Order: sequence, then structure tokens, then C-alpha cells
Amino acid sequence: MDTFYTDLLCVGAGLAGERVAVAAASQGFETICLSIVPPRRSHSSAAQGGMQASLGHCCMGEGDCPDVHFADTVKGSDWGCDQEVARMFAETAPIAVREMAYWGIPWNRVVPGKGTYYKGGKEYEKIEKKEKEGLITARDFGGTAKWRTCYTSDGTGHTLLFTMDNEVVRLGVTVHDRVEAIALIHDGETCMGVVARCLKTGKLRNYLAKATLIATGGYGRIYRETTNAVINDGSGAIIALDTGIVPIGNPEAVQFHPTGIVPTNILVTEGCRGDGGTLKDVNGERFMHIYEPGKQELASRDVVSRWMTHHIRLGKGVPSPYGPHLWLDIRHLGEKHIKTKLREVEEICNEFLGVDPITQMIPVRPAQHYSMGGVRTDKDGAAYGLKGLFSAGEAACWDMHGFNRLGGNSLAETIVAGKIVGEKIAEFLEGYEVDFKTAVVKDAVKKEEERIDRIIKGADGKENVYEVRNAMQDQLMDYVGIFRNGEDLQKAVDNLQVIHERSQKVGLRSYSLGANPELALALKIRGMVRMALCAAYAALQRTESRGAHAREDHPERNDRDWLKRTLATWKEGDSLPTLEYEKPSKVWEIPPGERGYGVAKIICTEDPEVCGEKKPETN
Amino acid sequence: MGRPLKFNIFRYNPEDPASVPHMESFHLEETDAMTLYIALNRIREEQDPTLMFDFMCRAGICGSCAMMINGRPDLACHTKTKALPAEINLMPLPVFKLIGDLSVDTGTWFRNMNEKVRSYVHTDKVFDPNADEERMSNELADEIYELERCIECGCCVAACGKANMVPSFMGATAFNRVARFMMDPRDQRKTDDYFEIVATDDGIFGCLGLLGCEDVCPKDIPLQDQLGMLRRKMGWASVRHLFDKILPGGDAKKK
Repeated sequence: MDTFYTDLLCVGAGLAGERVAVAAASQGFETICLSIVPPRRSHSSAAQGGMQASLGHCCMGEGDCPDVHFADTVKGSDWGCDQEVARMFAETAPIAVREMAYWGIPWNRVVPGKGTYYKGGKEYEKIEKKEKEGLITARDFGGTAKWRTCYTSDGTGHTLLFTMDNEVVRLGVTVHDRVEAIALIHDGETCMGVVARCLKTGKLRNYLAKATLIATGGYGRIYRETTNAVINDGSGAIIALDTGIVPIGNPEAVQFHPTGIVPTNILVTEGCRGDGGTLKDVNGERFMHIYEPGKQELASRDVVSRWMTHHIRLGKGVPSPYGPHLWLDIRHLGEKHIKTKLREVEEICNEFLGVDPITQMIPVRPAQHYSMGGVRTDKDGAAYGLKGLFSAGEAACWDMHGFNRLGGNSLAETIVAGKIVGEKIAEFLEGYEVDFKTAVVKDAVKKEEERIDRIIKGADGKENVYEVRNAMQDQLMDYVGIFRNGEDLQKAVDNLQVIHERSQKVGLRSYSLGANPELALALKIRGMVRMALCAAYAALQRTESRGAHAREDHPERNDRDWLKRTLATWKEGDSLPTLEYEKPSKVWEIPPGERGYGVAKIICTEDPEVCGEKKPETN
Repeated sequence: MGRPLKFNIFRYNPEDPASVPHMESFHLEETDAMTLYIALNRIREEQDPTLMFDFMCRAGICGSCAMMINGRPDLACHTKTKALPAEINLMPLPVFKLIGDLSVDTGTWFRNMNEKVRSYVHTDKVFDPNADEERMSNELADEIYELERCIECGCCVAACGKANMVPSFMGATAFNRVARFMMDPRDQRKTDDYFEIVATDDGIFGCLGLLGCEDVCPKDIPLQDQLGMLRRKMGWASVRHLFDKILPGGDAKKK
């Protein structure tokens, strides 16, 4: 069997993984990236709208600074984030954006003079200053006090990923693409690398590393209707959960994006609304201004998605063969704007819907979009539970997003966390040595070989992997969606436990040598169902509403009892995760208060550590 | 009732010594708004779980799913069956190494390409975290972005007569990348540096000018313009020394 030794192993080569790799490699550490696809195909490339950083160059961003960005992020998180991390993030984001410019991003720039912009369907005038000409500009996004989202048209993720991979090429970082990590190698205390499967040949390999990074993105594919790419099945979170030691933070914190197109759930960017697009109902009338008079279409994503669902439930949705939907209207932005600033949107609408957004409205509905939860790490990106294991990006629960991520903060997180965690890993590697225990490695490999053998032979049963996956997705769609309640969540937990049993009895229907796509899914399905159970079970226990987690039977945000982060681990042989809790933050720069959008019913905490001397303001 | 569709799909698994390249037919009933993404996944999940193909974003953004669709390279995810006849032939992209069935190894090819053209900003400036970014006109940023939109799907390479004959030919995607950096003032490389990279038979002078690349690019990148520009610039660079002798101080220093 092939064995590779390296200082740092990055599992995942999207933006976060590659940024960490660049940080370590530029310090002279040997780095290998594993990626299940060629790195430039990673899902980071699909992020359209932009990346938040408080440069404050454009006139609508004037006066912006890390303090304001920090406050927006904390409010967006519904006080679920780690404020130390959010602070570090907001301070570093402007530097990270300029560093990307230095590496070659063609950021859109400030054009001086008079211009127009749209808000709530109405046209307004703005004047950009001459002295800011040619500096990086920004657009408006939801839940922010300033225009802060830096962008390259609506292909921001694409340009960032290509530029980051250019750096990887420049530094000569080794990338093994089409290789999937299927288990962590560890002795209960130290992580020593991974057992991986080559998706070209189907052969197993060992990677032994002093430091191992999980940067595999989110787990949106446990839902059927998701904007996520087909590879976002949580494989990194799964191998962490499989250790029984490393916890998943806040698995119940799942974001639904307001504008997935119907029926394919492909995302159209928040930039559509940021640039002045409006949401309309079956009568062609706007409705967000009724529910959110202040932020209107640009309240945070959790809030907009809930009001859209609420509005559809009132019977105001547009009927279609794929169920009711609403309209996104960007026609008034005009052909020139759409063809330059929203060209991916134009392409997606034309090619996948046969809709021309210049003359027609776009059918949209909220769809699963982002996993705030993930491998729980400390502020340096070190995973809880295993020395030498790190995580960054959407795969991690670092945790700057808490219970709701702001648009533009995910691309920003990948670059910023990648930079910070990468530098911390380089510090960690300095002088660090690890014993690669051959018995541990051998056992880990043997366990995987046996597992594969049993699945191929159908030794534990003949369950069809695709049917098991569909059954799991049905449960999440039906009972763990935008609005949740105890009864439904209990149903999901009960049913998913049965599906968990089935997932352990999957057998292949046919056997082919080589990559074998059916086997690749079969190796993951048990872990995916466990992630689904973590989400459902943690959601059932959390008897409050916070950010994206909205309980109809507990509509208030309960800071008294639930100002805490879920930590889910999975002990071998169990049929449910073990849940523990910790305080979301050690530092409380901004004590819990009102977000300024969304319904604010708050049960206050009187914990002096959280709110200091003075009682928090509420309505 | 939808149209009955017949898919003739190339099958070969290089990992299996018993496998022989052949075409295999599958049948599906067409559904509303069906794309090849939907069709191929249905075939795999309902009829043959061993069928190999690649999808990632399923939204025309990542470039994973390029294949020969009725003889023409295109992204499978954005190809609607409605636009095709009832009999659909699917083959893997040529030029790239076959992994199995419709799946090819574009990763190795493109990493190679990126190394060959040294696809990154060359500068001796050092990043200063405390300074404002270098200014750039928005117009220029848009122009760079236009070429930066390449998704490395490989369609232009598959459609290239020269690349099909000469595996070492760089292809339009590489020329487009070079053009992108030539346009970028942050990159300090001069014409002579680019000359070394592309002014060869495997480079721009090997291009036969058939322009299959321009016809098939799913992102409508103006490849023809980049080929023309590069050929002109490199052609000029190769004869420039003659003019320098006649006109001292001519164009020699110009980027």
C-alpha cells in the first residue's frame, strides 16, 4: 500500500484548505492537499456574490470599520458566535482581501462620480468620491450596516479559488486530486493522518502527517433540496464524528438561503437583492417591507427565508408543478447591470430555467444552503479532542457564525480562517514531532479494508444505498426544515434511528473494480445519517428559537437556558449522539440584545459573565 | 408521457482487465426540464450503479461534467434533453486520460498547464498588510475578469484539432491564461518572458487556427481574440530584433 509522509495534510482543497496550505508551505513546511475533485472544482467556486471586509472605500460603505463588521456578525449569529473569533475575523478580513488583490484578484473598483442604485424597487442616487477611485469597491448584502461585500462581478468564489490555486502552483504544493479521506488515524489522543481511497483506482492509501486539517466544506447534501454541490456530503465532519472523541459544534444550525431557483435549487446570489432586487408574491406584490419595514429584502437570511415560507403558507405563493414558490424580480436593475454585475445569474436563469431575468421574474424558494455547525475547534483552529487535528472553513465550527451566517461572511471566513489557522498550524509544527505508531496505522487500515469488503459482499445486508439516502433526505426535508417543532423533530429522530440501522446494512448491487461510485457513497452513508441525527436530535433538545433554528413551539430566544453551543459526539455502538454544551463565548464585547430585524422575543440571561453589570436591553 | 430517450454511452473501465471499450444503451422517459445531470444520475441510481461520470456544482460553474454530447464537447449539467434528438450519444472528452466511462482526468492536465504557463502574478513587490491596495480602473478589472472566467472544463481542448493530434499542444485555455496575465499590470513579466512560454510549436505558433475552441467554450470566453492577439505579439517579438537594428530604441522595451 502507498504511504505518504508529510508535515501538513489538508483534507479538502477548496479556499479554506488551500489558504491553510499556502500559509504552511510559505513557512517551508511540506504540505499535501487531498481533494475529491480537481481543486479548482471545489464548491468555493460556486460562491457568487462576494466577501465581506470593512474597507469602507465606496461611498455607501463610508465610516465602515472592523467594529461595525464585528457587530453585524454578532447580531447575525443571534449571539451564538464566539465573539473572540468574530473580532479576530473582522480585524483580519480587510488585510485578507488586499492580500488576495496582491495575488491577482480583479476586484471590482470604485468608479468616481454620480451613480444610481436600487433599494426596495426604488431608484436612489449616490456619488462616489474622486479620491477613492480605483480602490476596491463593495456591494450591499443582507444584515449589514454598510456596503461591505467586495466582489468580482458575481464570480467572486471562482476568482478567489483560481487565484488561491495559482498560489498553490507557485509554491509547488502537492495536490492529490480524486482522493477521499475515509478515516482518521489516531490513538485516542493524537491524530496521525488519514486512510484514504483513490477515486481513480479504488485503492487505499495511508497519509501520515504531523498535522491534519479538515477543510471539506459543509454537509448540505443530507438535505434533498440544497444549493450545495453534490460533493458537499460532510465527509470531513463524518470522519471526525467517527472518532467518538471529536465533537460537531451546533449541528442543528442549518442555514436556508432565500433564493434557490425552482426546481433545481441552484443558488442565485444575495447580490440580486443587495443590488436592489425585490421579492414578490403570486399577485406580483412585494411583501418583505410589511414584515421587516427596516431591512426589507435585506434582513438576514434566516429572517427572509422564514418570512418567505410564512408568506407561502398564507397562500401567497405562486403555484407550480414543483410546489409553490415566490418571485425574485431584478428586471428594474436593467440589462447593463445584469450583464456585468450579475452575469452568472443571467446565465443560470437562461440555461437552467429558460427564464431571461432582464425581462422575466425568477422563480425562487428557500433551500438548504450552509452548515454553521461543523468540527468544533478552538480559536486557533485546533479540533477538540485530538492533538494534531485542525479544521477550517465551512467544515469547522470555529465559530464566527453562531446560529446564522451573514451573506459574504463565508468566503471571507475561508480566506481569513485559512490565514489565521494556517499560521497557527505553522507555529504548531515548529519543533513538533509525532510517533507514527505502526500498530495504530495497521489497525486503522485493516478496519477500513474489512468495512469495504463487507459492503462489497453485502455481508451485513443488501440495503440499496440510494434508497437509504433518499429516506434520510425525506426526514430532514419534512421535519427538520425552516420551521421546526417538537412533534416533527421527534418523528425525524425516531425515523432516522431506523434509517441509521439500515445504513449499516448497505450492500452493493454490483461490483466493479476501480473508483466505483456506488461504493464511495456506501462508505459515507452511515456517517451522513449520523450527521442527520445530530442535526435532528440537537434541534429537538434546543427548546428555543435562535438564528436559523426556529421552533414554532418555542418562538422566543432563550438566553437564560440556551445561550450555549451544542457539542455532539458519537460513541461507537450508540444509536444517538451524545450531546454536551458549552458557553458560546468567553468574551462578551456585545452582550445579548436585539438584532434589529426578525421577531425579538427574548428571555434574558442574568449571568454577570455575559451581560456584565447592566441588564440587557429588550423590548 | 415524455419522449422515450435512448442514451448510447461509452463504457470502459481501465482498472478492470476484463473490460473492453464498447457502447451501451440505456432507456429513460423524458421528464419536464430534464438535463443530462438528471438523466445520468437516474441511470446510475436506477439501472447501473457502476456508471462513471463527474458532476460537482450541477450549475455550469465548476467545469467537472464536460463530455462529448452527440459529438460536441459541452457541459452535461446545462444541456437540456429537450434540445437534443431522442437518441443521445455520450462519449468521454478526448485528449484527457480516461478514468472510466465518461470520467476523464482533467485535474492532472490542468495542473500541468498552470505550471507550464506559470499561472500566477509575478512580482518582486512584497505584500504590505498596512497599505491600501494598488489602484486599478474598474474597466480593467472587468476586462481581466472576462478572461478569468475560464472554468478549466476542457471543452476547448477536446474541440482542438491540434490538441487531438499532438498531446503536448498547450491549447486555447493556456493561451487565454497567458493573455489574462499579460493584461494585468500587477504581473511584471515582459513580452520576452511570455515569449519563452508560448512562442513554440506546442504554443501559439502551433495553433492551426481552426477555432473549434471558440465555437464550444461554454462560458463564451473570446478565445479567438486572445489567439489573434498572442500570435501578433509573439510574431512581432520574434522579428523585433530586426527592426531594432533599423530603428534603435524601437519597441524593445515595451511590454
